[in-house]
Amino acid sequence: MTTHGPAFLGYPRADGKVGVRNHVLVVPTVICAAVVAERIAAAIGPTGAALPHLAGCGQLGPDMSTTHDTLAAYCRHANVGAVVVVALGCEQVVAQYLADTARQAGKPAQIVAIQSEGGTLRATARGVEIARGFADTLARTDRQWCDISSLILSVKCGGSDYTSGLASNPAVGRVADRIAEAGGAVVLGEIAEIMGAEHLLAERASTREAAGQLLRVVTRVEAEARALGLDIRGTQPSPGNIRGGLTTIEEKSLGATHKAGERTRLEAVVPYAAPITSKGLTVMDTPGLDVESVTGMVGGGAQVVMFTTGLGTPTGNPIAPVIKITGNGRTAVSMADNIDADVSGVMNETESLESAAGRLFEQLLTVCSGHPTAAERLGHREFAIHRRNPTI
Amino acid sequence: MNAALVISTRDNVATALEPLEPGRTIAFNGGGTVVVAEAIPRGHKLALRRIAAGDAVVKYGSPIGTASADIAAGAHVHTHNVASARGRGDLATQGATTVRIAEPPDGVQPEIPQTAPARSGR
Repeated sequence: MTTHGPAFLGYPRADGKVGVRNHVLVVPTVICAAVVAERIAAAIGPTGAALPHLAGCGQLGPDMSTTHDTLAAYCRHANVGAVVVVALGCEQVVAQYLADTARQAGKPAQIVAIQSEGGTLRATARGVEIARGFADTLARTDRQWCDISSLILSVKCGGSDYTSGLASNPAVGRVADRIAEAGGAVVLGEIAEIMGAEHLLAERASTREAAGQLLRVVTRVEAEARALGLDIRGTQPSPGNIRGGLTTIEEKSLGATHKAGERTRLEAVVPYAAPITSKGLTVMDTPGLDVESVTGMVGGGAQVVMFTTGLGTPTGNPIAPVIKITGNGRTAVSMADNIDADVSGVMNETESLESAAGRLFEQLLTVCSGHPTAAERLGHREFAIHRRNPTI
Repeated sequence: MNAALVISTRDNVATALEPLEPGRTIAFNGGGTVVVAEAIPRGHKLALRRIAAGDAVVKYGSPIGTASADIAAGAHVHTHNVASARGRGDLATQGATTVRIAEPPDGVQPEIPQTAPARSGR
């Protein structure tokens, strides 16, 4: 791949996308297959990435669709080189659909079914054999220089405090603008944390449709929260946010949306885990809960996550590197093993926002070229599919 | 480094960058001073000037809520004296009014049902 600007060493895929990791994905169709999937993935070391989840059966309508769509999205994801589908045999999620999705994206895929293999031990052994074969093949794949226009950057904040809106979010926002200006894409989730700042994002929409979609989705989420008859405060902002000095959801949102840049145009609003096809900024309809939100944005195609935190949080993802950035110098020390970048110099005026953003941009390229994040080193692979309705 | 930070010239609150003791006079970026009226924890907000009950509390140049009580200059501004206007299902039974929450470009103006923003004592 020819590059003209800043570049990273990635994995060009058959479908034209570019991965920043090269995982063997081991995906259970249903919670009943989750332990077998985790054992198969663990047997091949860090290349293996399991997606243990709580769903796959006992779900109706929209929740079943979300489970199917999210698992399929990971099967076609650019950070995945090969897929082992672990089925039970009687569940709702269709193993063949997941394997076909991977193959259509040009990835080898095989199915192991626990009932037809004859139990946990035989299914695990068969799955490990397949996964080892895939891992050997992937180990022979070299990284190549790739343009940053191939990146979809997910921006996220969690455990926010007063430093998030003043230092880490504006610094990440400058990186987001730079990615978008180079032809890449940025995705922002957490609709509840847009509440109170939607007017600023709507002003940046490139079309009336995008502005209208944004306002409708924020209105819907607020109506859902109000329908419970409770004050959202205590959840948004959370007790920790309030101790950290954030008073209302409006204040949290105004600080939070800084991470989506200052100039990048809002191009689209998409459902949970739906493919991100626009360059520039996409807003995804995700809840504020960190793991569900990151799971959805990576499902949409984001290869890498820049995650700001004031209080500190360990969240990772099974297939995408999650870069932790804090503007709180005390958190940078007290949770040093979880933090990748310290931009607290912005708070005490020893570093400019532009300088901090420049460091974060270089770190982003390093991570996309294979350098492990703190979450990857610590084995943080949190994964949770958003659900709205009761299990039936 | 300033002891407290004002983000926008439209703001009527500042963020304490270190714990502030009562009686201390704070100079702001952009000019002006205020005497700290009560202890302000690091990261929390203090009022730049008197904010009357029912007035908007403004940070980042945008409203972050409504004063639910009179707030003196230099006083702590937090959940005890600021009501959020958003996500207030607890107020939904008190009669919703309709306000416009945003001014999108090109005349897209969805009407957002929303309750009265301020109520004494939250």
